[in-house]
Amino acid sequence: MRKSQNIEDMKTQTINNKQDVANKTERITGSEAIVKSLIAEGVDILYGYPGGAIMPVYDELYKFQDQIHHVLTRHEQGAAHAAQGYARISGKVGVAMATSGPGATNLITGIADAQIDSTPLVCITGQVFSHLLGSDAFQETDIVGISTPVTKWNCQVTKAEDIPQAIAKAFYIAKSGRPGPVLVDITKDAQVSELDFKYEKCKGVRSYYPIPKTNQKSVDAAAELINNAKKPLIVWGQGVILGQAEEELKAVIEKSGTPAAWTILGASALPTSHPLNVGMVGMHGNYAPNKLTNECDVLIAIGMRFDDRVTGSLDTYAKQAKIIHFDIDPAEIDKNVKTDVAVLGNSKESLAMLFDALNENTHESWLQEFKDLYDIEFEKVINDDINPTKEGLTMGEVLKQINIESKGNAAIVSDVGQHQMIACRYADFNVTKSNITSGGLGTMGFALPAAIGAKMAAPEREVVAIIGDGGYQMNIQELGTIFQQKAAVKIVVLNNEFLGMVRQWQQLFFDKRYASTEMTNPNFVAIAEGYYIKARKVTKRDELEDAVKEMMASKESYFLEVCVEKEDNVFPMIPSGASVSDIRLS
Amino acid sequence: MSEDIKTFTISVYTENNIGLLNRISAIFQRRHINIESLTTSQSEIDGVNRFVIVVNITETNAIKIVKQIEKQVETIRAYYHTDEETIFTESCMFKIKSELLFDEPQIQNIIKESDSNIVTVNKQFFVLEKSGRRHEIESLRRDLNVFGIMQFVRSGRIAVTKDEMKITEMLSAFNNQ
Repeated sequence: MRKSQNIEDMKTQTINNKQDVANKTERITGSEAIVKSLIAEGVDILYGYPGGAIMPVYDELYKFQDQIHHVLTRHEQGAAHAAQGYARISGKVGVAMATSGPGATNLITGIADAQIDSTPLVCITGQVFSHLLGSDAFQETDIVGISTPVTKWNCQVTKAEDIPQAIAKAFYIAKSGRPGPVLVDITKDAQVSELDFKYEKCKGVRSYYPIPKTNQKSVDAAAELINNAKKPLIVWGQGVILGQAEEELKAVIEKSGTPAAWTILGASALPTSHPLNVGMVGMHGNYAPNKLTNECDVLIAIGMRFDDRVTGSLDTYAKQAKIIHFDIDPAEIDKNVKTDVAVLGNSKESLAMLFDALNENTHESWLQEFKDLYDIEFEKVINDDINPTKEGLTMGEVLKQINIESKGNAAIVSDVGQHQMIACRYADFNVTKSNITSGGLGTMGFALPAAIGAKMAAPEREVVAIIGDGGYQMNIQELGTIFQQKAAVKIVVLNNEFLGMVRQWQQLFFDKRYASTEMTNPNFVAIAEGYYIKARKVTKRDELEDAVKEMMASKESYFLEVCVEKEDNVFPMIPSGASVSDIRLS
Repeated sequence: MSEDIKTFTISVYTENNIGLLNRISAIFQRRHINIESLTTSQSEIDGVNRFVIVVNITETNAIKIVKQIEKQVETIRAYYHTDEETIFTESCMFKIKSELLFDEPQIQNIIKESDSNIVTVNKQFFVLEKSGRRHEIESLRRDLNVFGIMQFVRSGRIAVTKDEMKITEMLSAFNNQ
């Protein structure tokens, strides 16, 4: 039976309920306390999968389903990724729930993904009775031990009275400072015994300093370098989005006249069309910002972490430039690239302080260098990608068609591989928090469930998942969740019948030995239709425009398979271990 | 250009919570760094634990490791120091057959000269305890080994720093917020 949910109604009820729950003390069970704590934190949707050790909580979720909507995914990994999608598009904490043992371990990939991409998640796992801990009980696993290296914080609760405090601390830690995933493991006896419940939000943890103070002297030193620079280059990352500093970034860029490039997770913080937006850095980023990284005189890194996919070889990365690094996390300073000036703090505040200290400036001839290199990239790569003349369809032209129909307003949720690079390179972004992708961990299977979470968090937004035929099949079961939840996600599978990125590497670096990268695929349209999702397959160019139009016009979920050229490569490319300035166009 | 590997003593003030040892040791494990010794105990502040971790790494790595440790929510503060910046010691125990005490008069001299203490003596064995630098303990072990050692155990390094830590000030600043 299809169950209909009105998300907007639920949100209102949750908000009304919040005060009510927070102010009175009542004698309730641990499991009811878990649900009431979530409601008190403003959680209206959570993603999960029931099982033995978490059943008392599900019983309470059943009672409170008018206030908090539990989404049954088809796999716990899907729940974790859906919670990530929810968090990434909304800036709120995503919540995932699972039972002990395999339920908990299935969350791990999503948790690790959230950790490396700084996504706020609260994961709640059931655990066996505390008297059984360590006895190899049925579905017992040491999830606190297992999740330790991939969580910002975690804990195990064995007493009902500790539940509200643990959950309050979990939410506080997940969303404060540099966000990240936390896991609270709750034994079954803590769920079924009673406590005097009163919820108080956490306001601080004494050993934890989420936001380092921004030092005016460092800001001034940074401003002086920028004011005197002839060839400054800004590279911003997700820290701008997490700090809600989009306006401040734009103001800094415009006032100083600095060309600005983005990392994959920084995409969409500044509209694609902004004249000083010079594109993406990194392995498959744009030609100009990569090449000119090694020619700028001041490199201003903002809320990014000099990932190896961004820097290429560190020995030859921006050696000529003074490096300024803005970050909220002191551990990022000098981790990969030695900085000349480090500015700690929240990007919103530090960029506002920087703005005040900057001179108005322009760098026309420097900007022209970016434009000239863009023209080369356009001629050698982009034009063939988005305006192909060959017979086979390209991934780039699909993105171009989506841009036309979305007018750049869609949230693009991409998976991992060639299609991801194409999506990030060619999607137009007018709106922030619109590029939802697995950046650091590179998790195939991310996009389909993440798109569900994104759509449910922002039902008013168009959410388009762009997925390869490989990654799609890693969490294809979440079509069931889309169907059951009536989540109007648009799914585009760019099918080249290969694990395309690995195949590209095999072609370039392994003499075309295509070891286990060719895929014999099922009838994807039939599978989508099996879930009662409208579906269409495109194999020819003249069908594409109409199909994309139909998909974007659909009020319901829609599946579009586009059969693209099998052996296309993504360029530009910085070969692994090479310098950013050795970026190849073919 | 490669940097020297040195011995560093990393001191970490933390909350006393289950799982934190795992979290901190994982930071070393992930970077393939062998921990020479790790000791954890109550610190000068009630409810605050102190880790003393000894590693042989470059200073650049020591800085990065300390930042990663400080990044953990339940870490209050972490520092690294060279041997010259700390006062440090290790302790050890030897279990030795009692008859040797009477049969081998040299042993008594060794005990006296090594500045070690006899903790207990019974008919079967006696237990010797010594605190000091590694080379002193090693030299004692070599000397006694000639006669036969039933059991030997050595603790990790414990160390106090010459400079101030100011943890109490940090914690009271939090309480006064």
